[in-house]
Amino acid sequence: MMRRCFQLFLMVCLFLPNLPAQRGGELRFCLRAEPKTFNPVIVTDEPSEIIRYLTGGVLLRVNRQTQQVEPELAVSWKILQQGRKINFKLREGLSFSDGTPFSAEDVAYTIRTLMDPALHSPTADSFRSSAGPVKTTVSGTYRVAITFPAPVAGLERLFDQVAILSSRSPRREMAVLGPFFTAEYKPGAYVLLKRNAYYWKRDENGESLPYLDSIRLEIQQNREIEFLRLERGQIHLIDRLDPEFFDRLAAESPSSVHDAGPSLNSEQMWFNQVPTSPIPAYKKVWFESRNFRRAISESIHREDICRVVYHQHASPAVGPVSPANRFWFNAALKPHPFDPRGALRRLEEEGFRLQGGVLRDRGGHPVEFSLITNSGNKPRELMAAMIQQDLGQLGIRLNVVTLDFSSLIERISQTFDYEACLLGLVNVDLDPNSQMNVWLSSASNHQWNPNQKSPATNWEAEMDRLMRAQASVIDAGKRKAYFDQVQQIVWEEAPFIYLVNTNSLSAASPSLRNVSPIVMLPQTSWNAERLCFASQTARSQP
Amino acid sequence: MRKQRQFALGILVVIFSVSLMARVFAPAPYARQFRQSPNAPPSRQFLLGTDELGRDRLSRILVGSQVSLLLAPAAALLSTLLAALVGGVAGTLGGWWERLAMGAADLFLSLPWLFLLLTVRAMLPLNVSPLLSVVITFALLGSLGWAAAARVVCAGARGLRTSDFILQARACGCRSLRLLTKHVLPSLKPALYAQFWISIPVFILAEANLGVLGLGVAEPLPSWGNLLRELENYRSLLADPWLLAPLVLMVLVVSCFQIIIPLEDFPS
Amino acid sequence: MWIQRIARNLLVILITVLLGGLLGATLVRVAPGFGVDEQLLDARLSQDSIQALQHSRDAERNILLFYARYLAGVFHGNLGVSHTLGRPVAQLLAERLPVTFYSVSIGLLGGWLLGLALALPAAMYRFKAYDLSSTLLSGLFLCLPSAVLGIVFLFVGGPAPLAIALVVFPKVFRYARNLLLQTYGLPHVVTAQAKGLSGARVLLWHVLPPAAPQILALAGVSLSMAFGAAIPIEVIYSSPGIGQLAWLAALGRDLPLLVNLTVLVTVLTLMANTASDLANAACTSQPQ
Repeated sequence: MMRRCFQLFLMVCLFLPNLPAQRGGELRFCLRAEPKTFNPVIVTDEPSEIIRYLTGGVLLRVNRQTQQVEPELAVSWKILQQGRKINFKLREGLSFSDGTPFSAEDVAYTIRTLMDPALHSPTADSFRSSAGPVKTTVSGTYRVAITFPAPVAGLERLFDQVAILSSRSPRREMAVLGPFFTAEYKPGAYVLLKRNAYYWKRDENGESLPYLDSIRLEIQQNREIEFLRLERGQIHLIDRLDPEFFDRLAAESPSSVHDAGPSLNSEQMWFNQVPTSPIPAYKKVWFESRNFRRAISESIHREDICRVVYHQHASPAVGPVSPANRFWFNAALKPHPFDPRGALRRLEEEGFRLQGGVLRDRGGHPVEFSLITNSGNKPRELMAAMIQQDLGQLGIRLNVVTLDFSSLIERISQTFDYEACLLGLVNVDLDPNSQMNVWLSSASNHQWNPNQKSPATNWEAEMDRLMRAQASVIDAGKRKAYFDQVQQIVWEEAPFIYLVNTNSLSAASPSLRNVSPIVMLPQTSWNAERLCFASQTARSQP
Repeated sequence: MRKQRQFALGILVVIFSVSLMARVFAPAPYARQFRQSPNAPPSRQFLLGTDELGRDRLSRILVGSQVSLLLAPAAALLSTLLAALVGGVAGTLGGWWERLAMGAADLFLSLPWLFLLLTVRAMLPLNVSPLLSVVITFALLGSLGWAAAARVVCAGARGLRTSDFILQARACGCRSLRLLTKHVLPSLKPALYAQFWISIPVFILAEANLGVLGLGVAEPLPSWGNLLRELENYRSLLADPWLLAPLVLMVLVVSCFQIIIPLEDFPS
Repeated sequence: MWIQRIARNLLVILITVLLGGLLGATLVRVAPGFGVDEQLLDARLSQDSIQALQHSRDAERNILLFYARYLAGVFHGNLGVSHTLGRPVAQLLAERLPVTFYSVSIGLLGGWLLGLALALPAAMYRFKAYDLSSTLLSGLFLCLPSAVLGIVFLFVGGPAPLAIALVVFPKVFRYARNLLLQTYGLPHVVTAQAKGLSGARVLLWHVLPPAAPQILALAGVSLSMAFGAAIPIEVIYSSPGIGQLAWLAALGRDLPLLVNLTVLVTVLTLMANTASDLANAACTSQPQ
């Protein structure tokens, strides 16, 4: 009898999703550092970006799930003059969180504030394909046109980062158009976001969004503690869950964990190819040799790294773009194979000889170099130790040096006093145009040899040409063809040795509904306006 | 007490000898990653299990003891001697010497020495030999860690300045240096022993923290300090108690060091 | 006489604090990674922005000028603005000092109570078994990394001050045990005990006075020990105090914040040690 009742109850629960959503409740999750600013135009760090995503209203939103651009505050848009100009038609009758009406004047004000040259905001710099002023023209209460000095590739996607400020509200940047607004901030402790009563979006049943009453962002650096709090029900979501915690939680409560497959991020290492660096000349010769770099890449056992360090929650990486970036990934490329014999052959072509367990170059120098990485990142430290053993099989002695982040950055961008570096790349944007400063030889993020006066090698010159070409056309197909070639060159020359693409792991409390974790950030709260709790009983506040 | 002392001494001798011949006793090469069995529980092949990269924990504890057991006591000795020197001289001489020395001690306690350590790391070549890096690290720790004990020693020496036997010694024409070494410092042994005993584990742990900055031991060399960092995974402590092995060993060694202190300094 | 002494001590404190601030600032300035920002790795930034970033800390490159400006600012109540948190340092300190003050003072008190409670029986009664077990216990807490202690405590639900107390107590215990043992062995104490005086009387009138100077000095330096313990504990507990601030400032090479923190710690250390010196002087000037 009891069993029947229970089965009936389960069946009823299965049909529950069709019932209207429960409103109310407070969602809680952690920020991994203190937010630096609440002003959306100068956001640089991740916690501030999360707050901007949840509170800011944008003209166009890149749907994190479909990776397509969707209208938000703008009902329609048109790109003119090969990407130099964009016209927006805005939604009518909207208000900011304090009641101030929204109009095209606010858009113009936001763009003017953002494009202020003194600001040096990364969001603004994404639009700056060349120097010159940005003009905004307001033609009517709900129509605005923005003209750039030169065409901007992937223009519409960039507006996903531009949260509109109010030009008139006395609350200035605290008046927002997003689903939530910042109600309270206790430094070092938490940020409290409350439901924006003036939010314009409605769900399919006509109910106003968001369903949640508030979101509490606890500031917690330690991941062990964050995980502990999730287990205790004190928080509901974790983004970028560590693989170890994923496995632990999967054993206890399989419905709480989600593996959305490869993320956009990769871990890579590279060699210092700056000609004026203080490293010995014979080492510079090694690092500039393509065969040397390819040999190193082919002697690293990526599968072992995925298995041991990431517990199978990672896959060998191919290049700067991960397979999760469906449109831009060059599917013709495969990761460098694990082939120590082939690696040794490549090295022998360059005059290296393996004698008595020690690899020596033409001049008789034993091959020994250091690999720097940042401390405090456990997976990276483990990876470095594994690479050390893999290279040891080839007679290469690798010295792993962990440094604090500031010292590391100083070495790789100012003094160039390093030999090899292991770091990760966090890709926020799908469009490779945001990586322009990585592939252009004259740019500062061209890590292995930045700020070149003229390209040091033919392949770097070719990459410069291809990157400029993809930035100057609008047609996505043509741009992809150019960027595919860039990926091919990177694969051949291996200036960056790509190791793994980590998977997007996240955890969500089973009491939440409409959670669908994805690959792009924010993984679990990208649809915060649609998240709600499964039952109406208020979560107990610890 | 004698039996206890002898027993403790015996344990220390055994541990020291095993650690000197660690590579002989280690069942597997300490750096070898058995990638098919990471985080393995104890078995015949791996008596204390393996770590995250599949390296034999027992071998790593044995080899790690070479660094920690040999260098940490040396650094502790250095800091104790410096404390004795600075505190003793300051307390015996008194006046402006004392004020200067204690002012320096206070500064040593307050300055952010982290940045000095970072600077030292930056001055060393990236491919520095692990032995040199570790020796430099412990030398730095020893030369920075004297300040707290110096204050205690100075206070003690100051108290003795006016005591009977010191006055008597002075009356006999005893010079300051002799006064210091033969009469003052022996009375301050309790504080010095405490400093030495405390410094050993503190330096072992500090070396692990400095590993984060690029100082200390470098991969794949283990040290007890960085083996203890495995304990930060608190959940595993309950499930895998063999992780506590380095901690147990360290507590044992540290306690033995204290028990072997000669009794003559604590007459009963 | 006392006023002269206190005035002299205050002068010494002032000079030491000024010197400490300058030395601390120099250490930060000279260390690698000064003036670099994590943002340099953001591929979206244009060349102009990167240049601007690299020159943003130019005002701090001349450390003497920076320090002079800082001191001038202090007289107006302006302690500078933090780079990493973007807020005035005075505000940050005012917010966070009470948190740390609370946990450090309770931690220190707890550490001393625990340390003395374990040391006194060891010195007074000298049971072999007790001595051994207290040595093992204090050894255990001394060998446990603060990070591990903090995490285990947080897991169990213990408060941060207790974690600090557990880090401080083994050191207090060891010093106190050794000092008291030595004092109990002094001739006049042995005589007093032989005369049949009660344990309490012996302790208060014959043991504590000679041991007082070193124990008081230890009390002074234990403040530094407690601060040192507070940093990792506060980071683990995510407790918004001075310890966490110091750690953030160190990572970000935040010079304005670090100078202020060094000055603050120097002032507190000096005050604690001067207080213990004065107490010592007061004790020894009284007739035995």
